[in-house]
Amino acid sequence: MNKKKTSEEQTRPIVVALAGNPNAGKTSLFNKLTKLRAHVGNYPGVTVEQKWGQLIHHGRTIKVVDLPGIYSLNYYSLDERVARDFILKEHPDLVINVVDSTNLKRNLYLTLQILEMGLPTIVALNMIDMAETSGLKIDIPRLEEGLKARVLPIAATIGRGLDNLLNLIPEVADRSDRAWKPIEISYGQDIDEALDRITTELNSSTIAQTKIPARWLAVKFLESDLMVDNQLQEEAPALWTALNPIRNQLTSHLKTTTNDEPTAVMINRRYGFLAGLKRLAITETHKDTRPVSDALDQILLNRLLAPLFFLAVIYVLYQFTFWASGPVVGWLENFFTLLSELTKNHLPNGRLKDLILEGIINGVGGVLGFTPLIAFMFVGISFLEDSGYMARVTFILDRIFRAFGLHGNSVMALIVGGGIAGGCAIPGVMATRTLRDPKERITTILVTPMMTCGAKLPVFLMLTEAFFPNHQAQIMMGLTVFAWIMALFSAKLLRLFVLHGPPTPFILELPPYRLPTLSGILLHAWERTWGYVKKAGTVIVAVTIILWTMMTFPNLPFQTQSDFDTRLKVANTEKARQDIESELKVAQLQNSLAGRIGTALEPLSLLAGFEWRTNIALVGGFAAKEVILTTMGTAYAMSTSSDPILAEATTPDGKSSTTKAKENKEVEEETLIHNLGHALNQNPTWSPLVTMSLLIFILIYAPCFATIAVIYKEIGLKWAAFSVVANTIYGYIICLIIYQGGLALGF
Amino acid sequence: MSRTIPMRSMVANQSGTINQIKGSGIMGVRIREMGLVPGATIDILGRAPLNDPIHVKLYGNNLTLRNNEADHILVEVDDLTKATER
Repeated sequence: MNKKKTSEEQTRPIVVALAGNPNAGKTSLFNKLTKLRAHVGNYPGVTVEQKWGQLIHHGRTIKVVDLPGIYSLNYYSLDERVARDFILKEHPDLVINVVDSTNLKRNLYLTLQILEMGLPTIVALNMIDMAETSGLKIDIPRLEEGLKARVLPIAATIGRGLDNLLNLIPEVADRSDRAWKPIEISYGQDIDEALDRITTELNSSTIAQTKIPARWLAVKFLESDLMVDNQLQEEAPALWTALNPIRNQLTSHLKTTTNDEPTAVMINRRYGFLAGLKRLAITETHKDTRPVSDALDQILLNRLLAPLFFLAVIYVLYQFTFWASGPVVGWLENFFTLLSELTKNHLPNGRLKDLILEGIINGVGGVLGFTPLIAFMFVGISFLEDSGYMARVTFILDRIFRAFGLHGNSVMALIVGGGIAGGCAIPGVMATRTLRDPKERITTILVTPMMTCGAKLPVFLMLTEAFFPNHQAQIMMGLTVFAWIMALFSAKLLRLFVLHGPPTPFILELPPYRLPTLSGILLHAWERTWGYVKKAGTVIVAVTIILWTMMTFPNLPFQTQSDFDTRLKVANTEKARQDIESELKVAQLQNSLAGRIGTALEPLSLLAGFEWRTNIALVGGFAAKEVILTTMGTAYAMSTSSDPILAEATTPDGKSSTTKAKENKEVEEETLIHNLGHALNQNPTWSPLVTMSLLIFILIYAPCFATIAVIYKEIGLKWAAFSVVANTIYGYIICLIIYQGGLALGF
Repeated sequence: MSRTIPMRSMVANQSGTINQIKGSGIMGVRIREMGLVPGATIDILGRAPLNDPIHVKLYGNNLTLRNNEADHILVEVDDLTKATER
């Protein structure tokens, strides 16, 4: 049947761009068309990266690109730039403009802008089923006549109209001339005249040699569009100089007649055009299109109940995450334990074995161990996004966060990052993608790692148990509150001095509540989790090896090493032998590169209360925060094995008897926490003040490496480096003040 | 009788018709492009717990915007709705 379709023209692949407002169902259409994984989002701005997939329909390859959800083809936001640049630079064969049929007027505004560019377009009236249920009647032929484009009703989620759409794609793409033909909207006499003059000028210049219609350039020129203005000034300065008076004349004329800028008048006229179109083609039988959702909002957004409900949602999110991920975390731990057992038993002793065991398996295991937690947190977040509740969270909390130069959308990043003790900065950083303003987004990313994430918790537990045994709960709670204060305060500082700028306009849609589909949530969570594993996984191995090397080399001088060897040989009791081994470990660590760095930094760090051993542990904390604990264990010559002396030390509440039944590893960690805490308490250089200073430093200083890697992938090397350097210096200064202030006050 | 007030001073359940948008630059463009143009009718659904942002219905769909933005929007309201102006 394809015999006649042999010409190159009819076999070339068709490139289709999907464009539409956020929430118009673009992504679900994309998924249906390509059967490729892409998230179905109910939250403005879920698709930030360009997603594409392809399919073959009747032997013809169709490439589908999912553009970011946008309200307009302006050049203000990143999403708008991405969408517009794709259309202008890639010249797709056609655009499928996905329109939410239940919200036609606002959605068709973007349609007009696309049609003004003139490239072949199919307007897909999505969610037509819901529109029909709510009593909307759309006269398709009249709408097509008004828009001068093909219009097709579809319902992507239930697959309605998709075959028609697929059949229409080659028909529109192969339209005989394939030229871009813009529709011409009348903007009133004054503007139309100016547009005609500019279009004529442009057509007689070199600028018009591209596919992009001169009329569209003229429209954008009158709107003082940044890109068009700059392009004209650069490529045809003489032309720009000739055109500029036309714009200035119009602007001052409109100022006196309408008291508005050309842009404003033009937007009003587009909406006027749509109002006319609506009268012609659309009949509404009743007005209320979302009774259930609005009734729900009456309760969930009630000024008194909203904060309570929000807290309950966050509580459930955390409970769900820990409940669901708990067993999986256990399996992963067992897997890595098994792996190290195998390595221990089957590899010959030596440096390679140490590297694989202590460096790679422990390091990678430590970071990957968090993956289930992250995955389930993403499941929860995806549910909140797809249901429409996330947009409400933004609405409820925007006022507070704006005071600190952040945005309502920053809330989720901070909460997930550890706003309630036990989160993780990685999903937090990735949750900032919904922030549209780059400055607000960068600020949020930089302060998210300051929250009390799950990896910091065991370190905090150890230190508080050792020095504040009677106020442990209060101090832990206090640290969480302090983390919030620090994050918000730091955000304010960043916005004042580093990322200065006015708040961006906040006009957000609250989409109707929808029951998310299981497959949608799982796909979304899977994509994000896999994204994390890919992003973090690639660098983690490298970094763990580097850190392990730093803490191992150089070797002890030959003489020192042999001294130890001799002492080990003559040691007559097991205890003596273990003491010497611990001493050897400390000597090795102190001699290593990390140890030397720690020692070299001591003059500075002592001012904030940290001695060289703490410094090494903090260096180790780059790999993952819980490494601080194990490194301190080594540096203070603590062994996790059943050392007779240390095993005697029981907690005052008799915890040691209950822990016996627990898993081996947990016992080990708890023993380490307890023994290390005990040792630090006995150590004369440690005091509650030192501990307080250290607690706060760990809270603020450089993010762990997995987070740094994600920051790098999200906003680039510069900010990743900034987060390491600035957070560390900032944390140091704060601890310096706390420690020195504390000393002066006599603590 | 009707009068024109800024959208900021509207209260929950009050409705009106947009009369004028004062904002210029990106702010004015954003407000208008979301459909808040002269002639559009709006219903105030409520406000966030701290009185800001505003929750508003426009063309059957819901939007939120801050008081700062609402300052730029003048709305013609019916006096019968007994708005308590601040």
